[in-house]
Amino acid sequence: MIDSHHGWNTSFKPLVWGFIISIVCTLLAYFLTRYQVFTGWTLTHIVVVIAILEAFALLIFFMHLLLESRPRWNLMMFLFLVLVVVVVIGGTMWIMYNLNYNVMPSMQAGISL
Amino acid sequence: MKDSTHEPYPDPHHGHYSKTVFGFWIYLLTDFMLFAAYFAAYVVLQTSTFGGPGGKEIFNYPLVLTQTLILLTAAFTSGIGGVFAHRRSKQGALISFLVTFVLGVVFLSLQISDYHHLIATGNSWERSAFLTAYFNLVGLHTIHIVFGLCWIIVFLIPLCREGITEIILTRLSCLRMFWQFLAIVWIFIFTIVYLAGVNV
Repeated sequence: MIDSHHGWNTSFKPLVWGFIISIVCTLLAYFLTRYQVFTGWTLTHIVVVIAILEAFALLIFFMHLLLESRPRWNLMMFLFLVLVVVVVIGGTMWIMYNLNYNVMPSMQAGISL
Repeated sequence: MKDSTHEPYPDPHHGHYSKTVFGFWIYLLTDFMLFAAYFAAYVVLQTSTFGGPGGKEIFNYPLVLTQTLILLTAAFTSGIGGVFAHRRSKQGALISFLVTFVLGVVFLSLQISDYHHLIATGNSWERSAFLTAYFNLVGLHTIHIVFGLCWIIVFLIPLCREGITEIILTRLSCLRMFWQFLAIVWIFIFTIVYLAGVNV
């Protein structure tokens, strides 16, 4: 993105590749879900992995992540984002599921949480 | 390996262009942190339907797939616009961003018709904690789309008048990144809200 020497700023080719990969990933995840090829947690894990791959395809081919030269500030900031997202989403899920597990049994009076 | 015919305007490491684009990258990452908080709230609340319908009963899956494909195409055309801007082709950039604008308007109208359908059938944000979290997360994305559309108009007027100067190239690069960011966020909404929602 910052660099000019790799030529990706002026080439259509990476855009076309990113577009094809993202369309294929989207359709794959959609039809795996609609035709119930997988169900339950297996399905959730598979579609989340496909989404992460698709996001990386867009980040690399569209937004040129990983292509800058040193000192790679964009990548540093991106890794910090990943850390924050893991803490926020992972931490929230961990705490809230433990909370439900530990607190809810005493409240089982037909209230569906 | 510099391409002499299409050498970009800016100094690759110290100019206005690279500082602005880097700053905008940091803005996009902080925006994604905001979305992360909304995703966390949604994941926690998605089972809290309070006797109301769950996601798989009310989501219109073919519509959501159409929206995803439209937004991916919009990210692609804005990338094309960015390449034309770097090649200093005013006309190419103008047409590409206009196509992005049209696709964005189609996406927005599909999204609003979906909201309208949900509210008309009694499933507004007042129905349950699940629907509150749903409208918050998807609504935050919709607001970003509205800003992105306004922003295209605001940037295309000086592009028409002045052609591609360094400042306009910088602005168009930020605009391109914004639309690509919207597509990436939507991929996660598509996956976590709609696809993984069939298990809830």
